[in-house]
Amino acid sequence: MATLVAPPQHSPVEDAEALYKACKGWGTDEKGIISILGHRTAEQRQQIRIAYQDLHQEDLVKRLESELSGDFEKAVYRWILEPADRDAVLAHVAIKKLSPDYHVIIEIACVRSPEELLAVRRAYQARYKRSLEEDVAAHTTGDFRKLLVALVSAFRYAGGEINERLAKSEADILHDAIKDKALNHDEIIRILSTRSKAQLMATFNRYRDEHNTSITKNLFGEGDQNNEFPAALRTTIRCINNSNKYFEKVIRNAIKRLGTDEDALTRVIITRAEKDLKEIKEIYYNRNSVSLDHVVAKDTSGDYKAFLLTLLGKED
Amino acid sequence: MALPDGLDSLVKAFSGHGIDEKSIISLLGRSRPEHRQSLRKECTEFFIEDNERGFERWDDHSIKLLKHEFMRFKNAVVLRAMHPWERDARLIREALKKGPESYGMIVEVSCTRSSEELLGARKAYHSLFDHSIEENIATQVEGSELKLLVALVSAYRYEGPKVKEDTAKSEAKILAEAMKNAEQKPIEDAELIRILSTRSKPHLKAVYKYYKDIFGKNIDEDLDDDSILKAVVQCLFTPHKYFCRVLDAALRDNAHKRTKKALTRVIVTRADTDIEEINAEYQKQYGVSLTEKIVETANGNYKDFLLTLISREN
Repeated sequence: MATLVAPPQHSPVEDAEALYKACKGWGTDEKGIISILGHRTAEQRQQIRIAYQDLHQEDLVKRLESELSGDFEKAVYRWILEPADRDAVLAHVAIKKLSPDYHVIIEIACVRSPEELLAVRRAYQARYKRSLEEDVAAHTTGDFRKLLVALVSAFRYAGGEINERLAKSEADILHDAIKDKALNHDEIIRILSTRSKAQLMATFNRYRDEHNTSITKNLFGEGDQNNEFPAALRTTIRCINNSNKYFEKVIRNAIKRLGTDEDALTRVIITRAEKDLKEIKEIYYNRNSVSLDHVVAKDTSGDYKAFLLTLLGKED
Repeated sequence: MALPDGLDSLVKAFSGHGIDEKSIISLLGRSRPEHRQSLRKECTEFFIEDNERGFERWDDHSIKLLKHEFMRFKNAVVLRAMHPWERDARLIREALKKGPESYGMIVEVSCTRSSEELLGARKAYHSLFDHSIEENIATQVEGSELKLLVALVSAYRYEGPKVKEDTAKSEAKILAEAMKNAEQKPIEDAELIRILSTRSKPHLKAVYKYYKDIFGKNIDEDLDDDSILKAVVQCLFTPHKYFCRVLDAALRDNAHKRTKKALTRVIVTRADTDIEEINAEYQKQYGVSLTEKIVETANGNYKDFLLTLISREN
């Protein structure tokens, strides 16, 4: 469930005007910006952008980019983009890092629905004049490339039908591939990147039933520390199997690190606030005995903090 | 009615592509029993003389062939009425079922369609077969073409004109390296797969040009005619030439029945896009227009249907 608190009706024109006032003149009324944008759904935000453009012949996004700064600006920028466009930007940033941040790419490829992933691919092309898979392929090598390209190119069947016999045989294939330290990557990649999510979850369950341990535990410690391929496989499986648990872990790690990994924290809160941030918060509380709101309040500051807390559902 | 005439007409009406319904109606409809018997005795192509029992029977194989020929028109009609997405999804499914000799159809669909058309085919495939195309290809294709085919079918290529010339140049060299490599089949080379399955078509056209400039020959010249890689390269770089090659094979006299089906497939699937360019290329390659060739080799309703598709007045 969403944590975002947004009114069912709103006036895009009024909101656009309020935002204009908040940005006009010297200084910026960040609280004003948060109080509006932090309480609007994706659709409402797009209507505000359109109204703003009509009224002031200017792109609201550009205006906000110039008025705001730091982590707050990054967060607002990502928040105000359409979800598919946002994911395209996130993917691009991840790819261009010196060492590509594959977690983000896997997240987008595996957590989004097949149709949403398609929309991301379109948005990526519109923005960067290249296809997503083209860029992923050009910036990765070896098995990594095979896995990531396959994941972002997938258009999985979205139905719920599962074939139990197939689940068993593919659970066995996965087990053998992992056990045999050579890690037959091709078969693992094939199964993880082409099967429907329902089928994969059945396969993972079957794996656990047959071998008394989850598949991700068996992937631990495979290969040397420098080999990130097993880690990428674990991320893939976690995202498909239980994305909320996966996101809780991302947040937990983001906060644990010396200083906070704002990028990761921002990313999870912004991309899940309208989806299942509520469940992620519950998992966080159960695991850490402290609420996510509390931790965010303690470890972040200023407008950035206020914005995140608003998205987390804090009442003004 | 002179016998040799009737015989020739009958054989012609049943040969080539499709059936000459009108000739058959006049030949068989109005003839007398004695005439038909003479035809049967003379027409050893279709009838076998059973001397022991004193009659002539249809050769079973010929009946099968005729069945296919009668079906040609129906298949063309059904294919034409179908939504392009369903059409492409079914073509891929058929190719998977038929095995390695038909994988060229997978290449054809994934490389000659636009990005949105290919996407549509993938959606239709979900709807028709409850699986994703890549899922089925990955489990059913066994040879070295597997990775390339999955990659091609999953592509969602950028379709704008922007091309980075130095990247195109360096990728032409990378492809050359992959094809020269004695230790690994080019079709399994990761870089070759990356370039051919992710780059935009304008970019690939630039790669083709640079290849020719640097190495003095076209990228597909050294490849086996029957290989998947040649089909991929031709479909991506020179689709019209590719379609001409397929059509030419289909229109030969002794074409295999699978090859013959390509005539319907190519004309129906390209009728709304680039059939005119294909016609022009065909004329250039073979000295006779596609239209003339079809008039020469096809029959009846099937022929009329194809001709209408080729020469659509827009």
